Amino acid sequence: MTRAATIFAEATPSGAGALAVIRISGPQARQTLGRLGASVPEPRKAALRHLKGEDGQTLDHALVLFFPGPNSYTGEDVVELHVHGGRAVRRAVLGALASMPGVTPAEPGAFTRRAFEAGRLDLTQAEAVADLVAAETEAQRRQALRQLDGGLSARSEAWREVVLGVLADMEAHLDFSDEAEVEASSPAVADPLTRLLGEITEELAAGHRGERIREGIEVAVVGPPNAGKSSLVNALARREVAIVADSPGTTRDVIEVSLDLGGFAITLCDTAGLRETTDTVEKEGVRRALDRAAAADLSVMVLSGPEIGELSADLERHAAAADLVLVNKVDLLERVPAVVAGQPAIPVSVRSGKGLDRFEEVLAQTVAARYADTVVAAPVTRLRHRDALEQAASALARALGGDMATAPELVTEDVRLAARHLGRIAGRVDVEDVLDRIFSGFCIGK
Amino acid sequence: MAVLWDVIVIGGGHAGCEAGAAAARHGARTLLITHSWNDVGALSCNPAIGGLGKGHLVREVDALDGLMGRAIDQAGIQFRVLNRSKGPAVQGPRAQADRGLYRSAMRRLLAEQSNLTVMEEAVVGLRRSGEGAITGVCLSDGRELKAGAVVLTAGTFLRGVMHVGDKAEPGGRLGDPAADHLGRSLAALKLPMGRLKTGTPARLDGRTIDYRGLAAQSGDEPSEPFSYLPGTLGGQAQVACHITHTTPSTHALIRANLVRSALYGGAISGIGPRYCPSIEDKVVKFPDRERHQVFLEPEGLDDPTVYPNGVSTSLPADVQTAFLRTLPGLEKVEVLRPGYAIEYDMVDPRALRPSLEVRQVPGLFLAGQVIGTTGYEEAAGLGLVAGLNAARRVGDSPPWVPRRTESYLGVMIDDLVTRGVDEPYRMFTSRAEYRLHLRADNADRRLTALGVELGVVGSERARVTADKVAAVEALTRLLSNRNLTPSEARQAGFVVNDDGQRRDGLTLLGLPEARWEEVVRAWPDLAPTPRVLTEVVRTDARYRGYLARQESDIRAYERDEALALPDSLDYSQVGSLSTELRTKLSAARPATLGAAARLPGMTPAALTALLRYVKKGRAA
Ligand SMILES: Cc1cc2nc3c(=O)[nH]c(=O)nc-3n(C[C@H](O)[C@H](O)[C@H](O)COP(=O)(O)OP(=O)(O)OC[C@H]3O[C@@H](n4cnc5c(N)ncnc54)[C@H](O)[C@@H]3O)c2cc1C
Ligand SMILES: Nc1nc2c(ncn2[C@@H]2O[C@H](COP(=O)(O)OP(=O)(O)O)[C@@H](O)[C@H]2O)c(=O)[nH]1
Repeated sequence: MTRAATIFAEATPSGAGALAVIRISGPQARQTLGRLGASVPEPRKAALRHLKGEDGQTLDHALVLFFPGPNSYTGEDVVELHVHGGRAVRRAVLGALASMPGVTPAEPGAFTRRAFEAGRLDLTQAEAVADLVAAETEAQRRQALRQLDGGLSARSEAWREVVLGVLADMEAHLDFSDEAEVEASSPAVADPLTRLLGEITEELAAGHRGERIREGIEVAVVGPPNAGKSSLVNALARREVAIVADSPGTTRDVIEVSLDLGGFAITLCDTAGLRETTDTVEKEGVRRALDRAAAADLSVMVLSGPEIGELSADLERHAAAADLVLVNKVDLLERVPAVVAGQPAIPVSVRSGKGLDRFEEVLAQTVAARYADTVVAAPVTRLRHRDALEQAASALARALGGDMATAPELVTEDVRLAARHLGRIAGRVDVEDVLDRIFSGFCIGK
Repeated sequence: MAVLWDVIVIGGGHAGCEAGAAAARHGARTLLITHSWNDVGALSCNPAIGGLGKGHLVREVDALDGLMGRAIDQAGIQFRVLNRSKGPAVQGPRAQADRGLYRSAMRRLLAEQSNLTVMEEAVVGLRRSGEGAITGVCLSDGRELKAGAVVLTAGTFLRGVMHVGDKAEPGGRLGDPAADHLGRSLAALKLPMGRLKTGTPARLDGRTIDYRGLAAQSGDEPSEPFSYLPGTLGGQAQVACHITHTTPSTHALIRANLVRSALYGGAISGIGPRYCPSIEDKVVKFPDRERHQVFLEPEGLDDPTVYPNGVSTSLPADVQTAFLRTLPGLEKVEVLRPGYAIEYDMVDPRALRPSLEVRQVPGLFLAGQVIGTTGYEEAAGLGLVAGLNAARRVGDSPPWVPRRTESYLGVMIDDLVTRGVDEPYRMFTSRAEYRLHLRADNADRRLTALGVELGVVGSERARVTADKVAAVEALTRLLSNRNLTPSEARQAGFVVNDDGQRRDGLTLLGLPEARWEEVVRAWPDLAPTPRVLTEVVRTDARYRGYLARQESDIRAYERDEALALPDSLDYSQVGSLSTELRTKLSAARPATLGAAARLPGMTPAALTALLRYVKKGRAA
């Protein structure tokens, strides 16, 4: 077997923040420090070091940490350099590393893969780390961290316990009913199974919200043409230039902007205007806008202040259904109405920038109110989890529909299946575990 | 001058009998060596064969033309299918045996077997070539016999120690000499060993039991035979078992004498099974139970001996008699032989390949209690596979490795060789993940044709089974080609929704409540179909949906099984494995990636590493 190369990469997203973390993992991690003119600090203790380039020039004053393998994140020796976030510094340090023999830039995910292969992480945890690395916002990070803590593992572990208990009762009923000491009547499994199914179903629903946090909460901006929707989106894009995902600082109009509001990733998207029209092309546009609004997690209705008095019935209806109502162009108004279509109106002038802060604040609160509990509850964030839980749920539903009196082996079969699917998240339900339960709970054997 | 045998089998217990007969059926010139011809076919403990999981194994042995099913059919004095009210997949045939009849049936079957010679002798050593392969055995009189392969089925005879209360003496079973020489020869092979224990109850004089007031349990009427061959039942009278139970005074007496029990007095270090606890264990571990059931099983028609199933013990003989007399019906009972516990050595089955050949000793196969199982049926199943593979080795054919997807034999062998044992291994249906498919009713359809191909099934059985398979297929086809409207179906007595859907005969027969009678009501021409056929077709129909769902599971299983891990794999060279897993893998040497995945504690990461290592090795 060839020895693994030493790899390095920036652990923080490029372009953001005052500090950048560069992580180095592999057999030569220690030596890289020497080549940078720095001594190796005590394990797991941060120390300040001057990093020097090949020519002896100081590159940066950095915080340096050393994690000896195998008790490090990757299972190998790991060095972390916390350097100043400026582009020039990062580039200089990364360049110095890249020039060292046997040291190569890491492929995406390489750290996590090494950790996973070293047996340092289970699959759920590895996925959580992948999310952690990709986490761009505080809420995403917190969610990923909880999962890493074993939040999801702990939950699925509890389910596994339930299934194990039920299976033990069922298998004992099948395998040992002639051996005297097991009750002849069918075990009462409907209650625990129903409860379990309920919990899994709930988790799946919450899981949907969890996926949203990971992928970004989508907010549709709707409203009649010329209300100022694209002006709003573009204004926000310019204001939040530091965290615009796709095309920072472009002058081109954007139709989508990603914001970090109160720790949540939010994608705000512009839509075609809502208006009654006979033009078929525009009709199609309106239809799509409404679809988009319906598919989005939240919708914001933008109305033009000067036209506020003459809303059509349709528009009233859409405004009443929206999550937030923004009244734009208040620079043109004498008096701003407090309530529109039964909703509190948020007064904004995109042109002057007045009210934009307030709007962001209200939007952040709305999102937090809806998603904050999800962040805490370590929801199902991965398709793989979702799929396993869905399969488990449908097996449980089948089991509950079966007849324990006449076909206990079929009901048991479905519970076994459910256990197998849950096992894909929480670890396998092994027959030995079931037998352990049986033998400690029942006096088996003639 | 040494005689050359193809296969020598050591031990004439249940494993040895099947091993010898299977090797001989395969055409190998086979010698079965055992201490005493008189003990061949002995049911040393419980006078019964079969049960859940175990009955499945007997049917599989029978499907491969083994002896056990035919022997118990000859000797049965009470046949009962367990779990009759639960589905067919979890029903298992069981029978009480007349001990004497069983022994003569087994001996007759062995005597009739061509290519098989039985010798009464004690084997004291194994002979190996310079390369380590087995070349033969030595006998107590100094003779050496050469063989192409040897199957060792010495049961509990390796360093066996028997305990009755505080008295211990060496011996494999009451009255048998321990095979200590052989044990030493085996020790020289440096195989990993373990120490287990098991126990047996006292034997009672039935003439001193008062059966009045005890519940009786009779067999099924008519008896359902074990064997798939026709005409195997012995036809003798059928008897009842009786049920009594322990009482609070039994428990008090046992508790008061625990210190004198070999198990609790600390005399025994071996590990016993959790599912067959001694009465001492039951009283200690389940202190809240006021009674434990005891089945009084007759050992034979003309034999007054009664086996009290449920009270195995290693208490001193006087305590045994005293506590037995506290059971209703046993107030005046006389004990014929006291119960005892036995400790013995076993070879860690992880030292075996899935063919049951010892990895380090080419040509040496092990089967039965000596590799950590318990039970006649488990021993018989392993014996058959070991005997067959020994013969195939001599004939230069590849070994047969039964798969988990195909048989309980496959489940058992895979469990043993990949996971090892920490208590005597017994079969349960819960061990089989493909339980709905591995049924006692279809072992012939699962295995007999394969057995013909492997060369272990005789022509009579081949023909009988081929006929049956054809008949089942014909009936299945016929039923799927006929159909009924909902109202026609309801008229015939099927419970269906009035949804306008026509349903074919197979679907209708597969409905939860459906019986063959309804089919006949709908199609009277099917009335003469024999019951054996209608039952299996009904079971197939009933499980069809579930089996279809298992298909993809089975395919995934077989994909992992197809990835063989080389025997020579050096786990210390595989990167990123924890020390613990490395140790586990080196001990078990799983034959396939699938087997590795089934090791306890295996992680996806480790499997990935293993897979990568093996794939790389291949490419290189
Ligand atoms: C005390 C006790 C209680 C049990 N209770 C039950 C029970 O209730 N139900 C149940 O199903 N199972 C029970 N078992 C287990 C069951 O008896 C065994 O698992 C099964 O018989 C094992 O079969 P075997 O062929 O492996 O070994 P055995 O039946 O032990 O046969 C071994 C044979 O090898 C012969 N032999 C050994 N060494 C040599 C040698 N060197 N040379 C020549 N011949 C040799 C012996 O004479 C013997 O015939 C019990 C076992 C014991 C010991
Ligand atoms: N006076 C004033 N005009 C605005 C304001 N916001 C946008 N506008 C103007 O309104 C017009 C329509 O804006 P636009 O964003 O294209 O509207 P959309 O069709 O809803 O996307 C443009 O001419 C903008 O300059 C505002 O706050 N005050």
